[in-house]
Amino acid sequence: MTVLFGVFLLTLMVITALAIVRTPNLFVAVILTSIFSLLMASNFFLLDAADVALTEAAIGAGISTVLFLGALALTGDHERASTSNRLLAMSVVAVTALIVIYATFDKPRFGDPLAPVHQHVSPWYLERTPEVIDIPNVVTAVLASFRGYDTLGEVFVVFTAGIGVLFLFGARPMHKSGSPEIKTTAPDLGLRHYLIPRVVGRLLIPFILLFGLYVQFHGDYGPGGGFQAGAIVAVAVILYALLEGEAQALRVLPQRVLTGLMAAGALLYGAVGVAGMLLGGNFLDYSVLAANPITGQHIGILLIEAGVGITVTGVLLSVFHAFAARGTH
Amino acid sequence: MAVLLDIASWALLSIGGAFVFIGGVGALRMPDLYTRIHAASLTDSVGAVLVIFGVMLQAGASLAAIKLAAILLFLLWTSPTASNALASAALLAGLRPGATVASQEERGE
Repeated sequence: MTVLFGVFLLTLMVITALAIVRTPNLFVAVILTSIFSLLMASNFFLLDAADVALTEAAIGAGISTVLFLGALALTGDHERASTSNRLLAMSVVAVTALIVIYATFDKPRFGDPLAPVHQHVSPWYLERTPEVIDIPNVVTAVLASFRGYDTLGEVFVVFTAGIGVLFLFGARPMHKSGSPEIKTTAPDLGLRHYLIPRVVGRLLIPFILLFGLYVQFHGDYGPGGGFQAGAIVAVAVILYALLEGEAQALRVLPQRVLTGLMAAGALLYGAVGVAGMLLGGNFLDYSVLAANPITGQHIGILLIEAGVGITVTGVLLSVFHAFAARGTH
Repeated sequence: MAVLLDIASWALLSIGGAFVFIGGVGALRMPDLYTRIHAASLTDSVGAVLVIFGVMLQAGASLAAIKLAAILLFLLWTSPTASNALASAALLAGLRPGATVASQEERGE
């Protein structure tokens, strides 16, 4: 049954992908991309990868769609007719597809316990997590503690991307450099005149924030963690911005606060690592943070997940505001 | 008792599925945007509610049932709101109800 459902989802994904390629309307393509991400999230969930599914649903289907729509509002919603050599492109794609299909013949069967990926370090993680870190969600243990360096790198990638977008979009024309203040006086931004979405949105925003905090701090025990929680909290604020206008959202959370959040999260993560060194352990070794090594691990994971969440929220909201502010000029 | 619950649950699931199907057909076949929104909103109001009730009967009195109730509440808040926002956005963009059939046929859609 699960295999049948998986095949059904994958077929739908192929159809969606073909539709994305075929449509000339970019607005339609963005919505189809969102559907594609949602199907992908269902597929991940079917493969028991609940953490990845949550990330894909929150970021792929949620935030990226908003950012794509923001970009479309600045450009236009029709694809320019292609002038390049179609035959060449088609043959490159066809050859690549053939190579990839050929490569799948060497893949182990789906769910094969003898596959190399299940023989290497995974058994060690599964065995050692209960005694070394003692949290139920092994994904969080691997992500935050065993492979903490990787996650630190990811947080800095997110941070760097945020800075890059701010540099690109924050650049003002030379003669305007004397007025760095963003003019946010357009009162017609957002759905100010819609009563029903506003009332329902106001009702939902606290619950979205609560759910974000739950995903943030429940990541040790169930699917979740900083990346997903950061995206959910950012979605709540973006919903607020859509309902009340972007200016009001910037009054609640000014850009300098968002910039501060961007840096603070990454710094918190790094600081936990340095604290471990000062207390006599290795960089990002949480065991020395408390008298009991397991408690130390718990504190360390909680802190670095908080750092991840803070940076992701700051970056996503900064990028959203960068797009939105660009549209008003 | 278990058989009765199963029958009730499957009846709810089938009727819900039928509503989803009708909504899907309506979203494709209805003549203009507003009637299409009407058909599509059938999917995630009646259809989803019946399906979730059916699954709740399968789950019994457990944590899963409470989670399903939370999902139901969320759907009942959001999906009518989304339909309303879509329709009023179309109205604001200047699309008049009933006037689109002729113009679409002129454009050859």
